[in-house]
Amino acid sequence: MGSRASTLLREEEIEEIKKETGFSHSQITRLYSRFTSLDKGENGTLSREDFQRIPELAINPLGDRIINAFFPEGEDQVNFRGFMRTLAHFRPIEDNEKNKNPTASEPLNSRSNKLLFAFRLYDLDRDDKISRDELLQVLRMMVGVNISDEQLGSIADRTIQEADTNGDSCISFQEFIKVLEKVDVEQKMSIRFLH
Amino acid sequence: MAELGSARRLPRFGFLLMLLLLPAGSALEEPHHRTNGSATHKKAFPVLDFNYEHVRIPFEISLWILLALFMKLGFHIIPRVSHVVPESCLLIFVGLLVGGIIKAMHDKAPILDTKLFFLYLLPPIILDAGYFLPIRLFTENLGTILVFAVVGTLWNAFFIGGMMFAICQIEVAHLGGVSLLSCLLFGSIVSAVDPVAVLAVFEEIHINELLYILVFGESLLNDAVTVVLYHLFEEFSHAGSVTMGDAFLGVLSFLVVSLGGILAGVVYGIVGAFTSRFTSHSRVIEPLFVFLYSYMAYLSAEVFHLSGIMSLIACGVVMRPYVEANISHKSYTTIKYFLKMWSSVSETLIFIFLGVSTVEGPHNWNWLFVVFTLVLCLVSRVLGVVGLTFIINKFRIVKLTKKDQFIVAYGGLRGAIAFSLGFLLPDDETKHMFLTAIITVIFFTVFVQGMTIRPLVELLAVKRKKESRRSINEEIHTQFLDHLLTGIEDICGHYGHHHWKDKLTRFNENYVKKWLISGERSAEPQLISFYNKLEMKQAMMLVESNSSARLPTFASAASLQNVQPKEAAPRRAIPSISKTREEEIRKILRANLQKTRQRLRSYSRHDLFMDPFEDNMSEVRFRKQQVDMERRMSHYLTVPAKRQETPSVRKVWFEPEHKVHTYDLDDGESPAGLSFRPKPRPPEGVDLVDEDTPQNTNQGTAQPGQEEKLKPSCCLSDPGPNTEEEA
Repeated sequence: MGSRASTLLREEEIEEIKKETGFSHSQITRLYSRFTSLDKGENGTLSREDFQRIPELAINPLGDRIINAFFPEGEDQVNFRGFMRTLAHFRPIEDNEKNKNPTASEPLNSRSNKLLFAFRLYDLDRDDKISRDELLQVLRMMVGVNISDEQLGSIADRTIQEADTNGDSCISFQEFIKVLEKVDVEQKMSIRFLH
Repeated sequence: MAELGSARRLPRFGFLLMLLLLPAGSALEEPHHRTNGSATHKKAFPVLDFNYEHVRIPFEISLWILLALFMKLGFHIIPRVSHVVPESCLLIFVGLLVGGIIKAMHDKAPILDTKLFFLYLLPPIILDAGYFLPIRLFTENLGTILVFAVVGTLWNAFFIGGMMFAICQIEVAHLGGVSLLSCLLFGSIVSAVDPVAVLAVFEEIHINELLYILVFGESLLNDAVTVVLYHLFEEFSHAGSVTMGDAFLGVLSFLVVSLGGILAGVVYGIVGAFTSRFTSHSRVIEPLFVFLYSYMAYLSAEVFHLSGIMSLIACGVVMRPYVEANISHKSYTTIKYFLKMWSSVSETLIFIFLGVSTVEGPHNWNWLFVVFTLVLCLVSRVLGVVGLTFIINKFRIVKLTKKDQFIVAYGGLRGAIAFSLGFLLPDDETKHMFLTAIITVIFFTVFVQGMTIRPLVELLAVKRKKESRRSINEEIHTQFLDHLLTGIEDICGHYGHHHWKDKLTRFNENYVKKWLISGERSAEPQLISFYNKLEMKQAMMLVESNSSARLPTFASAASLQNVQPKEAAPRRAIPSISKTREEEIRKILRANLQKTRQRLRSYSRHDLFMDPFEDNMSEVRFRKQQVDMERRMSHYLTVPAKRQETPSVRKVWFEPEHKVHTYDLDDGESPAGLSFRPKPRPPEGVDLVDEDTPQNTNQGTAQPGQEEKLKPSCCLSDPGPNTEEEA
């Protein structure tokens, strides 16, 4: 299917993706072949079923949420641009990028954008706050079925208590950033493959 | 000033006294023997006898250890000195003094015997380091560490050996007799970074964890390389010539040594973990299993000339998560303390002996050789680090900066291992010359580099260690990010770091834990055990700090796997606390929130994070608290206060008869819920009730029935005494 790949991915498109995401030419082609291999329907877009076909994702506790993160609001298909845009968050931060023009818009893989991506995975209703329920849902997914609701509830309470500085019993994005300031997000949220 | 002076004098006086005893002892034996010789006439029954020879060896060993301990005490009493000069330097200096004194008395001083060093002094330090190794950081940087350890050490060895051979060819030095292989042997001995020295210096400067793990990890892993090179060159220098086949065998040998060592360690680790599963009835010997299995791993590896250090590290790393899930809290504390104690004493003794051996040993000072060795060591280290970093940075996400490189290069200290290996060489002139050079390098690195690294670190503003406690937020979010990254890697089809880690974790959860962890704790998610530890710590702190205030209600949510989902349990009316009281309690909790017991993440030899279970002050307060509470409770029908912890618990339980029982529980019952909203409590949940409310009587009557249920429902694996424990 090499010929199809080359016809569907034009040079201008590669350039645009490069500018938007910062990936290199070879990476874009590499990821494009991955995209096409996932795209069983061969219609140039991925649906949720295409993602769910990946076996490891099925056992990942956050599998569904990760899949959802690829799809823009309310849509069921994601094209290659969207695919790359999401993956761009996980590109390692380059040293030379740190000195970029500060007036230019922040690259997708900056620290705060990475954190925003993670935050959005918690905050499903997009109200810019992680409520207790949203936290509980995530905890429940990570911890499994054996733990009682009460216990999970107390963990959630404690978590919010620790992070909450303005007393609204929710974790806002700023509080989220603050809690993770000691964690080396640049390294934790980067995949070397995408370098 | 007077106290300082006397403090200084005291240790000096102490060991002078001890030293005087040594020769005095040997001198006093003589008359005793002579009297035995002329035993023809009856002598009076000796009421008081003197027989020193009988206890000579243990006596002297104890004296040496006491000397080491006094030195440690002394240095910390004099703050000014210990701030400037690292402890290792002071200890070597003391060793020099002691050696000088012994030599002045024309007595034979004990030298840093190779067997003594490798079999007795080194293992505790390595075990201590390996058991508390920060695994996550280590595996994340494993590639870098391996490159430094293997390639770096090889480069150092060959560069130094080769250049020294070239130096020896110079006519002036009269060193023509030193063959290439001897030089290479020398190079391999002196090139290895020493874990003991690195630990001793680095833990005092509190450098950031990345640099620490890089240098320290390198010093641990280069043991395999050193062992192989040493034996290789030793064999070859006997054989006289090297062929390609030999070189190939060398490479093969390296793989065997390192992988074999790790395998031996893993095997012993698994056996140790498995054993700890059954120790619930004999808690007292649990720590011994940990120590002995590790030591056996080390010795077994040494039998086959495998890398004993790697075996020890592997054993500790593999054993730790399972053992900690199985053993009681007291055993955990014991292990922690004993490891720190032994490694501390070992390290002190090593440095003192190093000083003594320096004074003692036959020296052959050759200016050219020694100076060039020193220079070449520094040069090759710098070149090696810079060159390797250049290559490594292409593969790292977080690059190593110039500052990092400098610290890594500067932190390449040589220590006692090099000396001991040198000591193993066959006795001849070159050996003495080598030893002198090795000692000079050691002294230089420990004294000069050790003393200057602290000001340099401050000067270069290198990132220091973050003194942070792990909060539950970090734990949750880190796990969250792990899952996220694993998912993304799977989507990309890339089998990276997270993918394999996830696979390993899954394998661990599904198979290994079931075998190696006893009871229900085998199915406990990591998050839950982490949370439980936080909770129990907090509960303890709450009790201690809240001596006069009223005690809040503890709603104990269902315990871990002992989940008796008896949500249908009778809803007991929990007396509500007033708003102000609740606020106060919240404030206290928030204040104490940070002081949670955590797994020992510090690499420090000297600090163990304050743990209310071990801290004497809190113990005293706690007992006072108990007595107060008992007095107060005697007026009302009791409510046992259940503070639970994992793995073991000191449960304070008040009986209506005003007796205080303390049990040690070993169950994974969670103390959970520190919320103050009324919740249904399962039968085990008991609370300290507000004294003023009249509802006590109702609850009181319900308690006795509950007490019986309490006993069988928890696994009292370490049943404490039934009567009041003495402090």
